[in-house]
Amino acid sequence: MARDWRELFIIDGAAGEYDPAHPAAEEPERRVGRFRRLRESLRKTRQALQSEIQATLFEDLSDETWERLEEALIYADVGAQTTAKVVAQLEQEATENKLTGGQELSDRLVELLTEIAQTGNDTIDLRPEPTVILVAGVNGTGKTTTLGKLAWHLSQELKRSVVLAAGDTFRAAAVEQLELWAQRAGVEFVKGGVGADSASVAFDAIAQARRQGADVVLIDTAGRLHTQDNLMAELAKVRRVIAKQIPEAPHETLLTVDATTGQNGLRQAKAFSEAIDVSGLVLTKLDGTAKGGIALAIAQELGIPVKLIGVGEQLEDLRPFDAADFARALVS
Amino acid sequence: MFDSLAEKLQATLSEVRGRGTLTEADINAAMREIRLALLEADVNFKVVKSFTNAVKDRALGADIVGKLNPGQQVVKIVSDELTALMGGSAGELAFSPRPPTIVLMAGLQGSGKTTATGKLARYLRTEHNSSVAVAACDVYRPAAVDQLIKVGQQAGVDVYEQGTDRNPVDIAKWAADRARAEGKDVLIVDTSGRLHVDAELMAELANIKKAINPHDILLVVDAMTGQDAVNVAEQFAEVVDFDGVVMSKLDGDARGGAALSVKAVTGKPILFASTGEKLDQFERFHPDRMAQRILGMGDVMTLIEKAESSFDEQQAAELERKLRKQDFGLDDFLDQMRQIRKLGPLQSLLGMIPGMGKELRGVKVDEKEFDRLQAIILSMTPQERRHPELIKGSRRLRIAKGSGTNVQAVKQLIKQFEQMRKVMRQVSQGRMPDLGALMRQGR
Repeated sequence: MARDWRELFIIDGAAGEYDPAHPAAEEPERRVGRFRRLRESLRKTRQALQSEIQATLFEDLSDETWERLEEALIYADVGAQTTAKVVAQLEQEATENKLTGGQELSDRLVELLTEIAQTGNDTIDLRPEPTVILVAGVNGTGKTTTLGKLAWHLSQELKRSVVLAAGDTFRAAAVEQLELWAQRAGVEFVKGGVGADSASVAFDAIAQARRQGADVVLIDTAGRLHTQDNLMAELAKVRRVIAKQIPEAPHETLLTVDATTGQNGLRQAKAFSEAIDVSGLVLTKLDGTAKGGIALAIAQELGIPVKLIGVGEQLEDLRPFDAADFARALVS
Repeated sequence: MFDSLAEKLQATLSEVRGRGTLTEADINAAMREIRLALLEADVNFKVVKSFTNAVKDRALGADIVGKLNPGQQVVKIVSDELTALMGGSAGELAFSPRPPTIVLMAGLQGSGKTTATGKLARYLRTEHNSSVAVAACDVYRPAAVDQLIKVGQQAGVDVYEQGTDRNPVDIAKWAADRARAEGKDVLIVDTSGRLHVDAELMAELANIKKAINPHDILLVVDAMTGQDAVNVAEQFAEVVDFDGVVMSKLDGDARGGAALSVKAVTGKPILFASTGEKLDQFERFHPDRMAQRILGMGDVMTLIEKAESSFDEQQAAELERKLRKQDFGLDDFLDQMRQIRKLGPLQSLLGMIPGMGKELRGVKVDEKEFDRLQAIILSMTPQERRHPELIKGSRRLRIAKGSGTNVQAVKQLIKQFEQMRKVMRQVSQGRMPDLGALMRQGR
């Protein structure tokens, strides 16, 4: 069932420390309810009928079955390559009679997709003090909003002290935007002077966090296209500056990927990873009709896991990534 | 795996080009490649299907199979179909006979509306000499109004805003009235990003439209959008019936299949292309050229347009004369370099030259290198520039010292120049130069 925040974040201390809005142990109805809501928010219109894979699709196996499955996965932006792998494997298992009946095949499909999605280390370790989290991504993917939500969750739900760093020193009013989020989330805010350098803001924020004994430092960066070499170099520099300050930092490097992104998402993930060694993705804007299948392709090709998903513009609209939920929603 | 659509199609079609005749199997193989490439380029699944069927039908038609040079004909068919899909000739922004012309910007969160608003404002101000104002109707996103104020300042236009406490519909209406009162030619209304499935916000957009009666409604679409582009476009078309599209973030390496899809499915033209974060990185979208570019035929027209606005006619005629007389010297080379530099960052220009795509992939042009070359040339005497073959031994040393470089660099420049001269000679003699070889030798 849907992953709990406690399965995502690794924290020390007694169980009582974590005092989330929802109780730790959820009753089955609550869990099912959450999945249903998640599924609904993942598919607000019923226009995706063509891409619905019902168990009935698998009742009579024919070429059309595999074609429709292929279509469904392509529509979800899973990409031709990963789709081909999945379909080929399922077809093989079906032909070898390892699987019979529509429900078995349908379940196996979700299982295959879940396996792909569940790659690498899917947790965020909050034990280092301070834990430094760097967030990067292409323009418009939701870095700042995600940081605001993360700051809120860490501070309000997990009772961590957070410092938010305004590392986007380029875009008009980016600092003001993040400052408003910091206020909403009730966390410390660090920004640079006019014409400040992104790396120096990160440095100042970490220094302040150490002075104050803060638990987490969240560092925003300016949106950039992975094809802009000078900007990618600048990002690498920010990372180096952080690492010089604290050898293990950044402890987490998150790349925001818009769920509507097509195959270019793969290039993005590859390029950003080469520059700053991405440890996880935040798949944003899943409240639209896009399925975010590109995350599956990224998991498959690059082994980078999704750790968080964004499902709206409000402070609470952030969830831990759940591979099984994601897989099910991909084909429904 | 990361080959571009242009390269994939070139590879597919160059195989076809090589052969004498086409069988149905050949065509099927080519269609498979094209289908894969288009899907990888994020063209909508359904659009890809109908496209490949159309091409296959035409290719199978009597003309192709068995005829000589069928490969060339397939290239033409793919190109024609792609161009037709993209929409033939460019669309236009509609201007009102009675000002102000009101343009409404809409789109998903993060698509680039506010930046596009600033760019369009600047574009209309500089290219059309219009007096422009922009209106801030995004009252939801933190600091969105601040952002538009700053963008507006950069664009050199007035920004109409009333903070975030007022209803966007009312703000829009107020802005329209004010634009009319102040005699503005154009008012561009920026709105908040909204999901096409958010009933409340879509209704708000419809209300804004009703309140201000825009002459143009532009949907801003991110070039890297995948299969979902069609869903978004269809919904926006249904609710507000937009007139055209602005493709944003085209400076990335997203193939931009979303452009094809949106056009094919909604029939709305793509009007503008946003090619960077700076406000002047904005141009009219030319569908026929985009199709050509996808097929590796280069964005020649845009390059020519850019060149025309910065190149001197007289200089061109003089250069032609020199070429013909093979009188081309290093001074002319320097002139050419300077002209080219004025056109824009070299990287984006190189991408526009037909056939350059493959050869120049991965070649990074160094602007600093150009400065070095210029310094070397300026350290030469006029005679040396006209006859670089004179430059040996002590002359080389003098030039190296004078330009702050070394003898090796001077030798290299002269070698490159000689190659360039050879190319010029070939061109003036009516032969096609082997630019690929030239680039490789130059390294």
